This record gives sequence, C-alpha cells and structure tokens, in this order.
Amino acid sequence: MKFQDLLRFSLKTLTSHPARSFLIVLAMALGVAAVIMLTALGDGARRYVVNEFSSIGTNLVIVMPGRAETAGSFPGAVMGQTPRDLTLDDAHWVGRLPQVSRYAPLNVGVAELSAAGKLREVTLMGTTADIFPIRHMKLALGKFLSSSSESSAQIVLGAKIAQEFFPDGNALGQRVRLSDRRFLVTGVMAVQGESMGYNSDELVIIPIQHAQTLLNTTSLFRLLVEIRYHDEIDSAREAIRQTLIQRHDGEDDVTVIAHDAVLATFERILRALTLGVAGIAIISLAVAGILVMNVMLVSVSQRTAEIGLLKAIGAPAAIIRYIFLAEAIWLSLAGALGGFILGQAGSWALRLAYPQLPAWPPLWANFAGIAVALLAGILAGLLPAVRAAKLDPVNALGKR
Amino acid sequence: MIQLSGITRIFHMGDQAIHALDHIDLTIDSGEYISIMGPSGSGKSTLLNVIGLLDRPDSGHYLLDDKDVTALSETEQAQVRREKIGFVFQSFHLIPRLTAAENIEVPLILTGMSPAERKARIAETLQAFNLSDRAHHRPAELSGGQRQRVAIARATILHPTALLADEPTGNLDHRIGSEVMVLLEALNQAGTTLIVVTHDRELGLRARRRIAMRDGRIETDER
Ligand SMILES: Nc1ncnc2c1ncn2[C@@H]1O[C@H](COP(=O)(O)OP(=O)(O)O)[C@@H](O)[C@H]1O
Ligand SMILES: [Mg+2]
Repeated sequence: MKFQDLLRFSLKTLTSHPARSFLIVLAMALGVAAVIMLTALGDGARRYVVNEFSSIGTNLVIVMPGRAETAGSFPGAVMGQTPRDLTLDDAHWVGRLPQVSRYAPLNVGVAELSAAGKLREVTLMGTTADIFPIRHMKLALGKFLSSSSESSAQIVLGAKIAQEFFPDGNALGQRVRLSDRRFLVTGVMAVQGESMGYNSDELVIIPIQHAQTLLNTTSLFRLLVEIRYHDEIDSAREAIRQTLIQRHDGEDDVTVIAHDAVLATFERILRALTLGVAGIAIISLAVAGILVMNVMLVSVSQRTAEIGLLKAIGAPAAIIRYIFLAEAIWLSLAGALGGFILGQAGSWALRLAYPQLPAWPPLWANFAGIAVALLAGILAGLLPAVRAAKLDPVNALGKR
Repeated sequence: MIQLSGITRIFHMGDQAIHALDHIDLTIDSGEYISIMGPSGSGKSTLLNVIGLLDRPDSGHYLLDDKDVTALSETEQAQVRREKIGFVFQSFHLIPRLTAAENIEVPLILTGMSPAERKARIAETLQAFNLSDRAHHRPAELSGGQRQRVAIARATILHPTALLADEPTGNLDHRIGSEVMVLLEALNQAGTTLIVVTHDRELGLRARRRIAMRDGRIETDER
C-alpha cells in the first residue's frame, strides 16, 4: 500500500463520519486549549507578581522593626513583643555602610487633605528624596526635598490627587493643609498606577520628619535600602543587622529581608501554582484522551467486520494497523492544532480582558498539550486496531 | 493445485468439541468448477474458509500450488490471499462508506498499484460487470444483485487463480441469483478455479464436480 493512498484512505473514513470525527477532534481540542489557557493564566499571575516586584528594584533590602517569627516568612507576619523603635538615626547609620548606595526611611499613614475648598482623606507617605530613584517613581512637575531643605514643609501630590484638587493643572506652588499643618506643593507625581499595593496616584509624600510629627511616632514603618551591587546583598543584610543590633544594645529586634528573597519565594509559589494548574489541565486532557479512546474503541469495534474483509482480500495485519494509526494521527493532529489555536485565542482574550495580566502560555505548556493529545489520540486509535488486526479473518468477519 | 490431507477443524462450545471438519482429504485441480452442498452446520463454510486461508485448521496439511500454506506467517498468508484467492460472501461485505468503484479499488490500493493504472483497471472492470453507470453509488444505493456484482468484481480484479463463493446467491431472489451464477461460471470458463457453496440443489447441480458434506466429512464427490 502506498503512503499517499494510506493517507487518502484513512482521511476518507473520517470525512464520511463527520459527526463522530468532529466530536473526537472537539474533545481533544478542548483538552489542549484547557492546558494552554490554564497555564497562561498561572504563568500570567507569576509574571504579574514578578513585574510588580521588579518595579521597585531588585537590589533592595527592607528593614522593619520587630522580629519575624521565622526567617523567610512573609513580611506581614511580624510577631514578637513590642519592639524597640527603628529610628531615623538608625537609618542614617545604615546609610553609612559601604555597601549601601541609597536609602529611604518610610512612614505611612492616613490624613485629611484640604485645599481649594475641597477635602478628602489621603494616604500619606513620609520619606526622603531618595525614595524616587529607589522605587522608580517619577515626578511630572516640580521636585521633592532637595537635601538642603530636608525639613521644610513640602508636599508632592499623586497625579490623581493633583487632578482632583487642582483640575486646572496649577498645583505647583499652592498651599494645602494636611491634618492641621500647612504644606507647599513642590511637585506632582507622574501617573504610574498601582504598585506593591499602593496606588501612588492617590498618595501624597511629605518629608519624613513632618510625617513622624503628624503621625505622632518616632519609629519608622520601613527602611528601604538600596545595595550597590547585587552580589553584596547578603553581606549588606548582615552588616545592617549587626549595625542595628549594636545600636539596640545587643538586641536583635529588627527584620532585614532581601527584596530578592521575597521575590524568589513568590516566584516559587507561583511556579508551583502554575504547575498545579497545568497538572489539572493535563488531567483534563487525559480525560479527553480517555473519551477519545472510548469513541475510537467503539468505532473500531464496529468496524471489525471491515477489518475482517480487508484481511480476507489480502491486507496483512501491519497494513491494517497503519490504516487505523493514520486515522488516529489525522484526528489527533486536527485536535492538537485546533486546541492550540483555541488556546492561543483564549489566552489572547484573557489578555484583552485583563490587560495587567500577561497571560502568555509558557512554551512548555504548548508542547506538553500537543504532545499529550497526540499520544493519547494515537494510543486510543492504535490499541483497538492492533487487537482487531490480530484476529483471524473469519472471526473478524463474523463480528458486527 | 489445492491439496488437503487430514484437515481437521475443531470448535469448542463450552466443554463440547465440535468437529466442523473431520479429517478432510480433497484435491482440486486448476480450472475446476465445484459445488459444495450439504445441510446447515455440516462444515461447508469452514472448509471454504480453510481453503481461502481465512481460518487455520487444527491439524492436517494444505498444499496450495505445491506449497504448504498452513506453515506460512500471517503476512505471507495475506500475500497468498491477495494474489491467488478471491472470496465472495453471502452478505457481500462491501465497505458502506465507499462507492462501487472505490470498493473495487481496495485490492488494487493494497497491492500498491499506481493511481493511473488503477483508474484504467477499474473502468475496464466496471464495464465487464455492467456496473459503469453505478460506479459512484454507495452500496446502500445498489440492489442486491448489483452489490454482489461489485463484490465479485472486487474479488476477481487481481485475477486470482481460485474464486471461492460462500452461498453467493443466498441473499438474492432466484432470477438474480441465476444471473450471478452465470457471471461466476463465465469467470470459470475464462480459467479461474471456482468453488461455490450453495443450499440450492438446482444451482449446485450446474457444477461439473459436486461435493456433498455431512458432519464435517465429505459424503459424496461426484463428477
Ligand atoms: N466460530 C465458531 N465457533 C464455534 N462453532 C463454530 C464456529 N464456526 C462454525 N462452528 C460450528 O462448526 C460447524 C460447521 O459450521 P459451518 O462450516 O459454518 O457449517 P455450514 O457452513 O455447512 O452451515 C457448525 O456446527 C457450527 O456451529
Ligand atoms: Mg455456511
């Protein structure tokens, strides 16, 4: 039997049972599409988090007051007795370490902002000018806290706040009230949207000293430290810790985490999540495969008489296996290809619906989806055919 | 050409052994026209299946053109069936999704013949079997007689040396059945060995050699 004849003969069988062929291809395509879309979703979530973290720099070390219960646990889980304050002085000492290129102390709170006859509650952040390069934030207008005027009452408004209070765009140089204090607007931030849980468009920034007075605290909420070189992060962490232990009378009461480590943990969790999702998807694909296997098994059994006839007119078992293999390959290829297209289209639709989510299916998922579909389909078609081809022609002929 | 000696075929039904063929000795020469008759269950089909290599005997020897074919591998047996034997069944066994022409084409495809040559062969055969105007009809759209003609065309398109027909007229009315027999006899006159299993005494008596079977044995063998 010639190869082209084999392809044509098997294709003809499929096209003459369009409903059955369509169902098999559909089941397979849905399985493959599920793998591709679910992994796109999982990997999209991973990339989203990674991007978020990268947007605030990877050479970052975060210092917070209090001991984290277990090393490496999530920064929210700060436990322990009332810790010693992490003071601005502490921050200055850390800033003098040779590994440190920049640092920004941080206090965060809520206050009422009033100006131009309007009033609203805003999140305020007290910090220093270095926060801008450290967190990759940008000013649209003006400037913030040149080091010479560190303690003057300046305020930088988030893009949305500025727009709300001064829709004419004349925010610079205006006087505003935050709680009961007066500030001079020296800058407006560029639009940058959500990052690390803050919407910086709805934030106001004031000098750290003013924030501490306003919030009536002497302890920093966080200290962000930028390390000069990535491979110094571990030594820098240790140096920071030692500095602070020394300043805190030998008490090890701060948590120093590398931003990188948090990122790595997140990446691990999300990668595991993607794998889990992919596992579910591959199981669904296997279920589709079993479905296909069933349909094929029934259809091959129904054609046992035909197999008998082919044997009676001189087709050896090998040819019969080839015919059914070719059918299975046609179906699997169509299913895998259809599923691939469907999966890509679905991922595209996801990205369209959730633009923040980079829902691109990972390369391996495309391959895995297609490979599992081909394998399941081919096994499904071949196994019953191998069995049928083994029958003596007379036995095959007699079966209906 | 066909030499059977001591051919036995036993089927097991539960703990009961049925001797469908019981030590059959039979020699058939090239070009013969043989009818096999006998009551239902006497082993006629089993004998034909063994001769056509559709079934394997449990013991005995079968020489086809002086070659012991019972010892051949599955693939070699398939080749013998393809090249030397044509089979015609009572229930036609056409492939329902294929047209008449495509059904006739299947053996040609199996031998690996080129499409151009196939086309010529099919046209010629359809003509010879008076099926030209039915070429593109599927079996479901054909009459019983037409279906059996397609089946015979398929069985003979590769010019087998032996044509085996198991009750070829069993599903046809008398007139159509006679036409089919005339067709088979014409092929025999052209040199093909013809072995026909039949229930119909009248049709069976037309053969030059008539074998009667009973309980898996040959009862009479008249020429
Ligand atoms: N596949 C089979 N399994 C069991 N018994 C069978 C099988 N094929 C035939 N037989 C038995 O063998 C005997 C001969 O059958 P068969 O050759 O079909 O008879 P005939 O064609 O003369 O009617 C019968 O008793 C039948 O029941
Ligand atoms: Mg019979």
